[in-house]
Amino acid sequence: MSDRSTSSGPGRVLVAVYAVFALSASARSIVQIATDFDAAPLAYSLSAVAAVVYIVATFALARGIRPLAWTACAVEAVGVLVVGTISLTASEDFPDATVWSVYGQGYGYVPAVLPLLGLAWLWHTRENRE
Amino acid sequence: MSESVAYVLIALSLVIMAWAGWLTIRNRRINDALFYVAAALEIALVAVAVGGFIALAVTERSVDTVTFVGYLLTIVLIMPIGIAWGASDKSRWGPGVVVIAAFVVIVLTWRLVQIWQGIGV
Repeated sequence: MSDRSTSSGPGRVLVAVYAVFALSASARSIVQIATDFDAAPLAYSLSAVAAVVYIVATFALARGIRPLAWTACAVEAVGVLVVGTISLTASEDFPDATVWSVYGQGYGYVPAVLPLLGLAWLWHTRENRE
Repeated sequence: MSESVAYVLIALSLVIMAWAGWLTIRNRRINDALFYVAAALEIALVAVAVGGFIALAVTERSVDTVTFVGYLLTIVLIMPIGIAWGASDKSRWGPGVVVIAAFVVIVLTWRLVQIWQGIGV
């Protein structure tokens, strides 16, 4: 009989890491948009999207709202891959780094690993587990 | 913020990280001793934040004020939130949260030094 709550056990640490990224991505995004939005509208808009995704993922994992958590982690996984690739191929649109630039290089590639851990954790704690 | 103050904060945070990590490995919950060391760090962080606000008010160098204040406010909130979130879990992963919180304090401390010196803002 395993504990199926998404916010207990290892999930406790996962939520904590998500909260850190929710905070740092939001702060960074607010500063970027408030001070210098015209410099890189695409990058800064994606920065804001990333911030919202992290906030939603943190909230959903902490409260155990599974469908929302699945969605947020999936969007995050796609986002870090797409934005990471765009930031490499169209670097002129990314003069300033975002959380997801170069697959989260500026954050020790944690942004690339985090959604995979999130999805794995949701799978591990799923309701109909044998 | 002077680098020597930063080194003290980082050293204390590293002790907490190592200790909390050890508790996680040994399958223990957050204990009183870890709580008191974290409280000591928190008192130091509050003192540094107060000192930081005063230094910001009297300094003549150009510091990115919004970012600096944001970091000072954040750094005093991390440990209490981490302890509260970690202590409410009945497993080894409670101290695991404290490992993350202490690591974040280290990163924020180092960034504060950089912002104060006007590097990499």
